[in-house]
Amino acid sequence: MQQLNTQHLRDYPKKPKQVYLFGTCIVDSFFPDTGMDAIELLEREGIEVIYPQGQSCCGQPAYNSGYKDEAKAVALSQVKQFPLDIPVVVVSGSCGGMMRHHYLDLLGDDPEINNFCQRVFEFTEFLVHVLRLKPIDQGPKERVALHTSCAARREMGVHITGNKLISQLANVELVIHDYESECCGFGGTFAVKHADISAAMVADKSKHLVATDVVRYVSADHGCMMNINGALDYQKQSLRGEHIASYLLNRIKGNSSKGSL
Amino acid sequence: MKHIIEEESKYAASAKAFRANVTRDLGNEELRSNFRGAMDYLMDKRKGAFSSEDELEVLREQCKLIKQRCLAKLPHLLEQLEGNLEKNGIKVHWAETITEANEIIAQLIAQKKGKSVVKGKSMVSEETALNDYLEERNVECLESDMGEYIVQLAKEHPSHIIMPAIHQNKKQVAKLFADNIEGFEYSTDVDTLIQQGRTVLRDKFCQADVGISGVNFAVAETGTLCLVENEGNGRMCTTIPDLHIAITGIEKVIEHLADVPPLLSLLTRSATGQAISTYFNMINSPRKPGEKDGPQEVHLVLLDNGRSQAFADEELRQTLQCIRCGACMNHCPVYTRIGGHAYGTVYPGPIGKMISPHMLGLDATSNLPTASTLCGACGEVCPVKIPIPKILLRLRQESVKPKSQQPEVMKGQGAGRNNVEALIWKVWAQVHKSPKLYALSMWGLTRFRFLMPKKLGGWTSVRTAPKPAAATLHERIKSKQSQHGRG
Repeated sequence: MQQLNTQHLRDYPKKPKQVYLFGTCIVDSFFPDTGMDAIELLEREGIEVIYPQGQSCCGQPAYNSGYKDEAKAVALSQVKQFPLDIPVVVVSGSCGGMMRHHYLDLLGDDPEINNFCQRVFEFTEFLVHVLRLKPIDQGPKERVALHTSCAARREMGVHITGNKLISQLANVELVIHDYESECCGFGGTFAVKHADISAAMVADKSKHLVATDVVRYVSADHGCMMNINGALDYQKQSLRGEHIASYLLNRIKGNSSKGSL
Repeated sequence: MKHIIEEESKYAASAKAFRANVTRDLGNEELRSNFRGAMDYLMDKRKGAFSSEDELEVLREQCKLIKQRCLAKLPHLLEQLEGNLEKNGIKVHWAETITEANEIIAQLIAQKKGKSVVKGKSMVSEETALNDYLEERNVECLESDMGEYIVQLAKEHPSHIIMPAIHQNKKQVAKLFADNIEGFEYSTDVDTLIQQGRTVLRDKFCQADVGISGVNFAVAETGTLCLVENEGNGRMCTTIPDLHIAITGIEKVIEHLADVPPLLSLLTRSATGQAISTYFNMINSPRKPGEKDGPQEVHLVLLDNGRSQAFADEELRQTLQCIRCGACMNHCPVYTRIGGHAYGTVYPGPIGKMISPHMLGLDATSNLPTASTLCGACGEVCPVKIPIPKILLRLRQESVKPKSQQPEVMKGQGAGRNNVEALIWKVWAQVHKSPKLYALSMWGLTRFRFLMPKKLGGWTSVRTAPKPAAATLHERIKSKQSQHGRG
């Protein structure tokens, strides 16, 4: 039984000419390929992508640690970077959830903030509901698993949009792993503060993913993947996760994808 | 100064205790498998209990509104409840602290010269550590709920609010019974085990002077105490002994009798996946003239123990919507891994993380709100829609805010504040709100990526360290734009 989550229901705009990309701090410093692939994918659909150079982080690390004032200062500085009335596409469900839902609590329900939050779209959500992307799969036959981050699932409905995109790939079989909806154990500072609980959780998540016998799994969040891929690498498993932006682009272009670490 | 040192060492001790418990229980494979198996079973049962997600969602919304309405009128409803209970012949006692509650109960028992108590399941009596208190005063307490009975025999505490002995498997219970019950015929068959345990309990019901129970809903408009149970032990405790004492938290009061059916339906389905529990008791009065059974006296002890602190804050008040179904722990990936005892509090799991700070102070519990990935599985299943992750976030804020900051919202606020950590976040905010400083820090991170340590504390105990990219996304986009002549 899928949980009905009314907060996912929203009015989607028509396909815009321009969008902003919010790259996230993790993608910026560790996985820039993901950002480049997301831009290429959007550009192939005829959309101009604007990447404000003043952007940094959504503020979630401080917010989740209880440092509200610090999170607020950073969140407010981000809102100022995206002034045009065009969609803000975020390549992470977790950061997207922060910007779409938590900014209202953090920054107060003022018209500018509200307008900004309304313009925030998670990447796969944007592809499915705004672009209505029907990816033409040119890649070889393969099986993949999908891991959806918890915030992406519960705040942005990414398990549905991610699933929809992968299911449209003609040569790809989507394999559901055991405890698919269970958290991977990342949780930002949780992984450091409660390292052994986090370790137990990622041990189970990586075990269930490995058990599917796929060559790669796909996710829309690099936070989870840093956790799961790091554990898989430590265990000397060959399985790796790849961001769904890179995965889709490679399938469309017929490249074999690689998985990121 | 001495006071401050004591306070800090108490906090350190308790954070250390939590960590030690976690390490101990994560390493216990049998315990891990007991919890995983039980939680899988309970999640499945719940899933099967609702015909559609729409039905569930409508019920959740309805029950949330009921509890919010009742909490909005809490002081008035408590007065109304007291008036109607007294009218029905049930005496009401108010206890602000657990000691007051225990004293009231001990006194009531002493007045009747009671020597033996038989108890129905009550988490509030666990909260007050009533059994220990009474046993110190030579009153024998016997837990009559099968799970509680097992836990009492094992000299443990409940590891789950609905299934107190869920941490034990049938082999462990068989061994426990073999060691403790005279004439026990060894078996690992669950029905046989329960039957033999029940035989012991059956005699005790008839011998006890006092019955003590909890309350699931206390109906203000009718003065009715509702008790949900599956074993019939609750009914025995509340009908056989001459004295029945019920104990509950002040948040259990509801306004109307008509509020009961939706709450009951959602409670049993969320807890065990049952459409309804085997027994549902509605207690309105002591034995009336001409009646053949029932206690001569019925008392209700209403306990605060930190609840009014939660009540005073509009956001934290939502904690009191809880109807104690246990679904949040059944679905919690942290609870499933570490089990109920590791928390070191009476209420484990997500509800424990939310309510324990009000009962014990944030100084003794500041490590609990952080022991969550904020995955939201708990909030998603909560039958009364408590925004659990949001409340945990709020508790984190209360925990790290400067101790001197007014107004005081919670006991022990600021206890989790660490000056080094606070400074790190301050610097972090300065860097991330300034595009120039951010660019500089990213430049450093990527250019000096070879300096990234291979060992990063707990992170690299089970993972390899992530490696910064050679150039940031900011830089890659800039250079792409200049290639296209747009930079």
